[in-house]
Amino acid sequence: MKYADEFRDPKAARALLDRIAVVVDQIGATAERPVSIMEICGGHTHAIFRYGLDKLTPPGIEFIHGPGCPVCVLPMSRVDECVELAEQPGVIFTTFGDAMRVPGTRKSLLQAKADGADIRMVYSPLDALEIARRNPDRQVVFFGLGFETTTPSTALSIQQAAAEGLENFSVFCNHITVPPPIRALLDDPHMTLDGFVGPGHVSMVIGVHPYDFIAETYGKPLVVAGFEPLDLLQSVLMVLEQIRDGRAEIENQYARVVPEHGNPVSLAAIADVYEERPSFEWRGLGEIDASGLRIRGRYAAFDAEEKFGIGYGAGPRAVAEPEGCACGAVMTGRMKPVECPNFGTGCTPEMPLGALMVSSEGACAAYYQYGGARAATAAE
Amino acid sequence: MCLGIPGQIVEITDAPRMMAMAEVSGVRREVNVACIAQGPLAGLIGKWALIHVGFAMSEIDEDEAAKTLEALRGLGEAQETLEAMAAGDAALEGRS
Ligand code: SF4
Repeated sequence: MKYADEFRDPKAARALLDRIAVVVDQIGATAERPVSIMEICGGHTHAIFRYGLDKLTPPGIEFIHGPGCPVCVLPMSRVDECVELAEQPGVIFTTFGDAMRVPGTRKSLLQAKADGADIRMVYSPLDALEIARRNPDRQVVFFGLGFETTTPSTALSIQQAAAEGLENFSVFCNHITVPPPIRALLDDPHMTLDGFVGPGHVSMVIGVHPYDFIAETYGKPLVVAGFEPLDLLQSVLMVLEQIRDGRAEIENQYARVVPEHGNPVSLAAIADVYEERPSFEWRGLGEIDASGLRIRGRYAAFDAEEKFGIGYGAGPRAVAEPEGCACGAVMTGRMKPVECPNFGTGCTPEMPLGALMVSSEGACAAYYQYGGARAATAAE
Repeated sequence: MCLGIPGQIVEITDAPRMMAMAEVSGVRREVNVACIAQGPLAGLIGKWALIHVGFAMSEIDEDEAAKTLEALRGLGEAQETLEAMAAGDAALEGRS
């Protein structure tokens, strides 16, 4: 129980772990026939590894690491398009730092920057707006990336740019939404998931009802969770209790931050600026219907795809993933990161081959970062 | 990028643009408060919020802010966010 001592409240953690063990027994789950729980959000994946929750919980629980890391699911073709945009004359390409090392077919943004492209890491799309104001003779492109948590920020930034008539600002929109890949995973006949731990900060924006179909159509429980370790244990317990009782409901463990109906200002901005794409490509998962957003026609002046003619609809898209990359199998729970032949050899956080190794929210990077410490603890 | 960081609103800097100064782990940073604004912006001063990529997304209480910050520190995310803010400042001047 070494890890439990690191908890803010070790006694509460132990009590929760005891209750989890009881419910796992009541369900009759074992290491051979475990209950599979997917944590959707990459922040949760990171926390599970950091606190060794996968080791502290009974062997009858298997955590499957979901597709909720936007950097990890960014397809190579999109990285290529980023590089293409960044290499346009006169362009300042702005991006979150997380995206810099994602491999493309030609190069990553980091390599493009080393080759002379003006690529700047920003904290916020507001920084990109300010760069546009200060550089009226340059075109500033912001790489809009992320789930519903960051989507409102680019929507509000585009609205602001429109209000100011800022003509040299545009967004390369790669925003994606959480529910469609969950539906795709549940439709996969090979998938054996028993329940979900739902993302906290995405849900803060969209509320809990977009998940209703998971309970109603697929009969699986989901509990929206905070990302403190105690939140996660509590949420896992709630999922297990539903499984034991034969219930399938959408519950909210993180109600102190997540309102039932989400954040109305954010939702209004998203609806004003974005519309669904017919489909969007996810690294390792392929094209998923209605899973991505694009900028509406009324804001076309701020859409980098329109402005530069780069992106969806501008050419053939199918791009293979790098040779030997098992990211797709890892993301659908068919393979553990360590089972990938490249893990730790051809693919490390310093030199990632696959995207799951790029961000600390990616399952492979989390395994890599905390795997050593865990093995040492187990040996004690 | 996806995990927010708690900050305390200390000043309204540009009301028409919904901008306020927030103090995040000892660092001051201008943030957009449109998503948590209900009524006059001055009412936000002293309040805590979860800040995502420069936008205050959800009001939280002080205790929740402290717990969240501790969880972020445990994950190394607090440091990462502060570094990203510094990188953003550098990018404005073209220093990044
Ligand atoms: S080790 Fe690298 S290549 Fe293999 S699945 Fe993980 S990220 Fe992909």
